[in-house]
Amino acid sequence: MRKISMREAINEAMHIAFHSDPNVFTMGEDIAVYGGQLRCSYGLVENFGSNRVRDTPISEMAIVGAGVGAALHGKRPIVELSYSDFIGTSFDQILNQAAKIRYMYGGSVNIPLVIRTQGGAGLGNGAQHSQSLEAILAHIPGIRVVMPSNAYDAKGLLLRAIRDNNPVVFYEHKALYKQKCEVPEEPYEIDYTSDVKREGEDLTIVTYSAMVNRSLKAAEELEKEGISVEVVDIRTLEPLDIDPVITSVKKTGRALVVHEACKKGGFGAEIVAQIQEQAFFDLKSEIVRIGAPNVPVPFAVNLEKMYVPEVSLIVDTVRKMMKGN
Amino acid sequence: MEKKILLDAYRMMNRIREFENEAIELAKANATRAAVHTYQGEEAIAVGVCAHMTREDFITSTHRGHGHCIAKGAQLDRMFAELLGKGEGYCKGKGGSMHIADLTTGNLGANGIVGGGIPIAVGAALSMQLDAKGHFTVSFFGDGAANEGSFHEALNMASIWDLPVIFVCENNQYGISTHVSQSMHVKNIADRAMAYNMKGMVVDGNDIRDVYDAMGKAVEYVKAGKGPVLMEMKTYRMAGHYFGDNQNYRTREEVNSWKEKDPILQCGSLLLEEYGVQEEVLKQICKEERLAVQEASEDAKKMSEPKIEDLTEDLYDPELAPITWKTFLKADNGGKMR
Repeated sequence: MRKISMREAINEAMHIAFHSDPNVFTMGEDIAVYGGQLRCSYGLVENFGSNRVRDTPISEMAIVGAGVGAALHGKRPIVELSYSDFIGTSFDQILNQAAKIRYMYGGSVNIPLVIRTQGGAGLGNGAQHSQSLEAILAHIPGIRVVMPSNAYDAKGLLLRAIRDNNPVVFYEHKALYKQKCEVPEEPYEIDYTSDVKREGEDLTIVTYSAMVNRSLKAAEELEKEGISVEVVDIRTLEPLDIDPVITSVKKTGRALVVHEACKKGGFGAEIVAQIQEQAFFDLKSEIVRIGAPNVPVPFAVNLEKMYVPEVSLIVDTVRKMMKGN
Repeated sequence: MEKKILLDAYRMMNRIREFENEAIELAKANATRAAVHTYQGEEAIAVGVCAHMTREDFITSTHRGHGHCIAKGAQLDRMFAELLGKGEGYCKGKGGSMHIADLTTGNLGANGIVGGGIPIAVGAALSMQLDAKGHFTVSFFGDGAANEGSFHEALNMASIWDLPVIFVCENNQYGISTHVSQSMHVKNIADRAMAYNMKGMVVDGNDIRDVYDAMGKAVEYVKAGKGPVLMEMKTYRMAGHYFGDNQNYRTREEVNSWKEKDPILQCGSLLLEEYGVQEEVLKQICKEERLAVQEASEDAKKMSEPKIEDLTEDLYDPELAPITWKTFLKADNGGKMR
């Protein structure tokens, strides 16, 4: 099968969506002729015209708000926030409008809105263009939070998100855009489910987004030492499909949660709590979290490298957990 | 303004006034729980604006939204039910006074966030422009919202795309206790339209005829595809910010001077003096509306509370849209950089 990058997969999913449903349109900063600051929307304006592919002013609140309004009127907008850090300037429309409107109005309306955005560190973008803010979003009732870890998942999850009648933050990681994997040309959808990316017997790593690849690399290294690691990619934080996580932890008896976001108050805490609630008596060791230190993302190469959890950190942590018994 | 339209407007304004008076009675009895923001004195705006709208034309509303909701055609009993937190309310009791929406009448909902509805109205108008069926959106908001960032972003976006949206700023002089003279340094909020190369209008919001005529012109303008309009309705909040407000920020004289400009009194005088309507007719209209409001309130009181199981319902639509994805064979993009 052909291999394409996550950027190409996202672009392909949007082309399929535009081609299949005239209600789908997109707007955001520099997404038309320029093709998006992260180049995911190239070709759309050429193929579908500037009515459906709209460059906006630098007005994040109006971008998201207009997406909410168009969705309430029956469209299926995909709005792009070029960096997830910009939720700051759009947050009322996410927090108080998109998330609450359906419940607050007694289920009488739907908001089929996809907010495509990207975050994550590793490319030297500095503190205001590199954050992982998913825990803030996942904490708000009423918003789906989807975080793909590869091109195949990105295509299937994005098509699912566009067909969802609810607001979805489709949260990409900038370091994954160039990574390639096998992706079918035809359309397909992926449910909001956790996915066992690698099977193992001794320890479960629960992770998502860019940390999936690092966890898989760590598992490969550990295999050489005779440690068999299972890697579960939760893929969506809301809804959180916890059952495959619990099943895995009950099998291995050990759980390590890995994400790039700051460890303190991160989504890992939620995963740990649910494991503790549902698999406590199957545990052979304490549940451990790996996440970034509690500081903004630094710029300098060596500091940023230390900030993002490395493969070696995951490997060392697993070794320590295994030695504990 | 035709006599029938003016009489209908008089009836609608009375309906809103009676609704708000009853809402205050309910608030006094603590049946509405938290704050109820009432619309006394501003009725001519909602009525004069919505008289030009169909159900396919949308509004976004505010925390002071009962008047907009009624003028757009909502049922009074279901509104009262929502104020009382009943399961048969417009939002099944999940919204309350500040969050009534009714898509069947084109009401995208009241909003507890000042300025929160303005960008949403722009999006609805964008969708209407894409549909090209001649519909338009009205965004109601107050003088306070004109100082929110959402106002600037939304008006700018609407202007660059010539969207069919009418921004109706109800300048009732106060953001809670703060007078407009302390919150902005322009004489007219409508002057800000210039900054967006947009049509601005200053309207006497207490004069139903002025509101109706100005709105007629604004609708014609947006339907002609000339872009959005910012209408500033000069008016006055005759009641406090909410029931229970001590109003220590203004004088009784000031309030009384505006009560003389009560839009319902003005409309009544107009009908008597210029349209030859008998006083008995007006009294009859008032009486009918008062009774209708009383009846709706009583009906609502008898409705049931929401089911406890409903607490966690309605957050998400469980259904997926019935779309069949089709493979897109990509055209050559001309070798542009990727």
